[in-house]
Amino acid sequence: MGSEKTILVIGGGISGITAAIEAAEAGYDAVIVEQNPYLGGRVSRAHQYFPKLCIPSCGLEINFRRIKTNPKIKVITQAEVKNITGKKGAYEVTVEVTPRMVNDNCTLCGKCAEVCPVERADEFNLGMSKTKAIYLPNSMAFPAKYAIDKAVCPGASCGKCVEVCAYKAIDLGMSGQSLTLKVGGIVVATGWKPYDAAKLDNLGFGKYPNVITNVMMERLAAVDGPTGGKILRPSDGQPPKSVAFVQCAGSRDQNHLPYCSGVCCMGSLKQINYVKAQLPDAQAFMFYIDIRAMGYLEDFLRKVQEMPNVSLIKGKVAKITGEAGDALKLEVEDVAQGKKITQVVDMVVLATGLVPSIADKRLPGDITYDEYGFIVPSDSGIVGAGCAKRPVDVYHSAMDATGAALKAIQSVVAGGVHHG
Amino acid sequence: MDKKLGVYICSGCGIGEALDIEGLVKVGRSDGKAAISKAHPCLCGPEGIALIKNDIAGEGVNAVVVAACSPRVKMEVFQFDPPVYLERVNLREHVAWSHKPNDEDTQMLAEDYLRMGCVRAQKAEVPEPFKEKIDQTILVVGGGITGMTAALEAAAAGCEVRLVEKEPTLGGWLNKLHKLYPKHPPYRDLEDTGIEAKIKEVQSNPKIKVYTGTEIEKTAGAPGMFDITLKNGETFRVGSIIQATGFKPYDAKKLDYLGYGKFPDVITNVQMEQMAKTGKIVRPSDGKEVESVAFIQCAGQRDPNHLPYCSSICCMTSLKQALYVVQQNPEASAYIFYKDMRTPAQYEDFYKRVQEEKGIFLAKGEVKNIAQEGDKLAVEVDDTLLGEAISVNVDLVVLATGLVPNSKPEVVKTQINPETKEEVPVPADSGRYAEPALNLQYRQGPEMPTLKYGFPDSHFICFPYETRRTGIYAAGCLRQPLDSAACMEDAAGAALKAIQCTVLTAQGRAVHPRTWDKSYPELFMQRCTQCKRCTEECPFGMYNEDEKANPLPNPTRCRRCAICMGACPERIISFKDYSVDIIGSMVKAIEIPEEDEEKPRVLAFLCENDAYPALDIAGLHRIQYNPWVRVIPLRCLGSMNLVWISDAFNKGFDGVILVGCVHGDDYQCHFIKGSELAKIRSSKIQETLQRLMLESERVEVHQLQIDQWHELPKIFDKFMEVIEKVGPNPMKGM
Repeated sequence: MGSEKTILVIGGGISGITAAIEAAEAGYDAVIVEQNPYLGGRVSRAHQYFPKLCIPSCGLEINFRRIKTNPKIKVITQAEVKNITGKKGAYEVTVEVTPRMVNDNCTLCGKCAEVCPVERADEFNLGMSKTKAIYLPNSMAFPAKYAIDKAVCPGASCGKCVEVCAYKAIDLGMSGQSLTLKVGGIVVATGWKPYDAAKLDNLGFGKYPNVITNVMMERLAAVDGPTGGKILRPSDGQPPKSVAFVQCAGSRDQNHLPYCSGVCCMGSLKQINYVKAQLPDAQAFMFYIDIRAMGYLEDFLRKVQEMPNVSLIKGKVAKITGEAGDALKLEVEDVAQGKKITQVVDMVVLATGLVPSIADKRLPGDITYDEYGFIVPSDSGIVGAGCAKRPVDVYHSAMDATGAALKAIQSVVAGGVHHG
Repeated sequence: MDKKLGVYICSGCGIGEALDIEGLVKVGRSDGKAAISKAHPCLCGPEGIALIKNDIAGEGVNAVVVAACSPRVKMEVFQFDPPVYLERVNLREHVAWSHKPNDEDTQMLAEDYLRMGCVRAQKAEVPEPFKEKIDQTILVVGGGITGMTAALEAAAAGCEVRLVEKEPTLGGWLNKLHKLYPKHPPYRDLEDTGIEAKIKEVQSNPKIKVYTGTEIEKTAGAPGMFDITLKNGETFRVGSIIQATGFKPYDAKKLDYLGYGKFPDVITNVQMEQMAKTGKIVRPSDGKEVESVAFIQCAGQRDPNHLPYCSSICCMTSLKQALYVVQQNPEASAYIFYKDMRTPAQYEDFYKRVQEEKGIFLAKGEVKNIAQEGDKLAVEVDDTLLGEAISVNVDLVVLATGLVPNSKPEVVKTQINPETKEEVPVPADSGRYAEPALNLQYRQGPEMPTLKYGFPDSHFICFPYETRRTGIYAAGCLRQPLDSAACMEDAAGAALKAIQCTVLTAQGRAVHPRTWDKSYPELFMQRCTQCKRCTEECPFGMYNEDEKANPLPNPTRCRRCAICMGACPERIISFKDYSVDIIGSMVKAIEIPEEDEEKPRVLAFLCENDAYPALDIAGLHRIQYNPWVRVIPLRCLGSMNLVWISDAFNKGFDGVILVGCVHGDDYQCHFIKGSELAKIRSSKIQETLQRLMLESERVEVHQLQIDQWHELPKIFDKFMEVIEKVGPNPMKGM
């Protein structure tokens, strides 16, 4: 499969999708290898983008249409790159594909999920809701096919879904496969994962149910999230009267992530908008070291600063403890006032940072990493893009991915010259 | 082309359980005028596809109507080679999944959708792409780090490049810099600019032709065929353009409150670079080597009176320059006064490294006053860390001034309002810059339109290279404040887009977002009244005008939104597969029950990218809504032509609802102004309604985001309540 004119894109989030489409529209073949059963990655789980507060699926709709109408793009989901050999212009890549157990006959009719007796925690909603063992990953899912969670599906001993499927779309005996791709250039767009908030033991995540992370907040605010888009306290399902956003939860901290995660300030300012849009009377606090609203994102900061009942306070949250009624007490070193203050709120959102997805599980091939596991640009034909390279927002990920597509094309072109 | 229509109705996925399939087959044959009309239990399966393909091969079917699931799914299986035209009718998401099964109203809905699909298949043609001889050379305007990098990147991908720089030498701002802050791990040490090597690389690249000391006199034509005239008289043709014309530092003379122009030892960060590059860092007043320097951040930036935005690079620049100071003299002190220290991502490492430097002091605070005290400057700062005012006496004050794009629109000029003959200011988004760059021979103005602060940047988060002038891509500090590392990455992205534009144009395809689209507008000029609506309303400046105000289309600039088609009162603008007649015929194909049947009808025009998919998702969730609504997707709500609405009311529709994307400052319309234009046009609908003696409530315009799929059915239901209250259209049955 593939050829030396093909570009492999590892990762099907916004960076990977962008790199593949841009390369394909410039006339090259592109293959996306994605580990999830769907494309869209982290952005598909975000409620809105800053600063426009527009909807990620709007752009995904266009991108999926660009993929569906372009025969130059191939998408392989539930797949992982196992090996990369060769050199610039001529790589051979081994990809291992986990069986989806649902084939292209799937029509999304949904009969299978109706009869499926097994439930699972929905990873799309970060475990805050459940789906059946056979499930459609999300309303916008592309490829538009159900998937089966092998970890919980009892398999042929149950087989209820197979019986009910009129389109012979389910094959519980489907086996995995190993593919060999020949490609001329590679874009690594493996993205990020949130820093594990449980490691921030002074901030009470995992101990107090109303301490949540910023990625959880995205799902709470999203209409296809566990609460149908309502911001509710996990402890009692009630709307919070006050919410505190704790910046640099792990970032800019020698004990956790020494670097700045680049997007969390804007992320929290955006989430303050979520809170105020639904709960106009709620109090919002944001405790920060520096507010990093670069370029004309400054306008958005100014807008939030002017909102009633919003306090942006320069100060480092030292400790969070539980209070009566599932409330939370924050101890803050308030820098402006030069003293320690305490603030009691109904809910806390930790602005956890971005860790490269491949920080602990590096890819094969000729790739240079910095000490944090971000990819450092090099002359190899394997090019990093988006958050695999540095923590950046969606706009700059897409920008970088477009450039990465060109770098991969150059690798193909260089290979072509080499091979005459 | 003579059409032989084949209608194929799928009864799978619950369609067969909800609808009378035989009835639909008959409608296909009778009203749909199909030569062949068949049903199949699973049309998307191999058998179903074979059924259709056999009829194409054996029966000469050349227009296929697939009445099954949404056109957004199973695209890959329902594909037939040209000249076969394919029309999809959404019987699943929009009918069977969202309405009462085996109900008269549900059946009528399905039959109407089938009639609409059939008439569309009868009228539409497979587009023949617009193809002309396309030049694939890339022009790069601006020879700074962005422009040079763009040229090199495009050349490395195999393109011919022409690079134009107005200064006598290449290199731009980087020529003036002493060092760069670190771009490579471990992000601790200053780096050389490497600019001389970069210039040599450009000059020695056989694929790059460099023109220095000249500017663009004019840019005529369109993507694939831009004709460039330089001020030195040379002319050449290119396919696409990268505009990397850079920035200027904010004019520090406007910062007199910080002592600039008043005290000789108050300088800008640009002057500081020059001093560091050419020799010692000294006090301009007496040439004494500095022992103490204060850096004042946000000198103009983040200030509504100066530059409301953050210039993104000044924090890192001052940290770097503070290092210059202590590296020149380890005993010297450098103070940096900032609002927020902005060193994102791995740049934090450099911030930390500078903090470790013993002579460098950082304080969050606001500068209150700068005064001369002896031969020193006294800088008074409200230190927010200490909560009190502090004062330091320094040899030199460096103002961290920000970036102003060279695309900043001309605001001083005025123009004459052609109607009132009054002098009015040229609006910010006039397409004219204080310093012309491309001099486009476009009817809508000589330069790329800009956003709020004068940057010709994309307005779309997902699509950073979206441009309002097809085939012309802004890059580097022209489009937003970026450092040199980011400029170089941006240059690669812009180069990809410039190359891609020539590739797509050569195939007769549109550039983003409708890259699959090979249709283009054709004008029936005999009926043109020179009203200029098309030439004014095209968001991409596709049309030029001749001296008699006739529109002159440039199809390779076209993005296929069809906003011009919606604008044209004479209905002379058509695409092969999308025209006023095609959509109008779909409206006319809908059966309107007599008044006494008490079945009102509402026509809904939905944006194809957001509202239509939202209704699909509502179907996926089996949300039920009123079956009296008939939906027609539009490429963009801006392509809505008012005649469809008056046709609808004349035919007896009781209401019309338009659902498009969010407009306003944070517009989400992928064609910039489409939904806004539809809203403006809808105010004219009210005139139509008055003329027809109809109530104004009969037309509603909504803005909808794609995730409001749960809201759209409610919007339909509520509108239907309004219509029931207003009562039937009196013209029904007339």
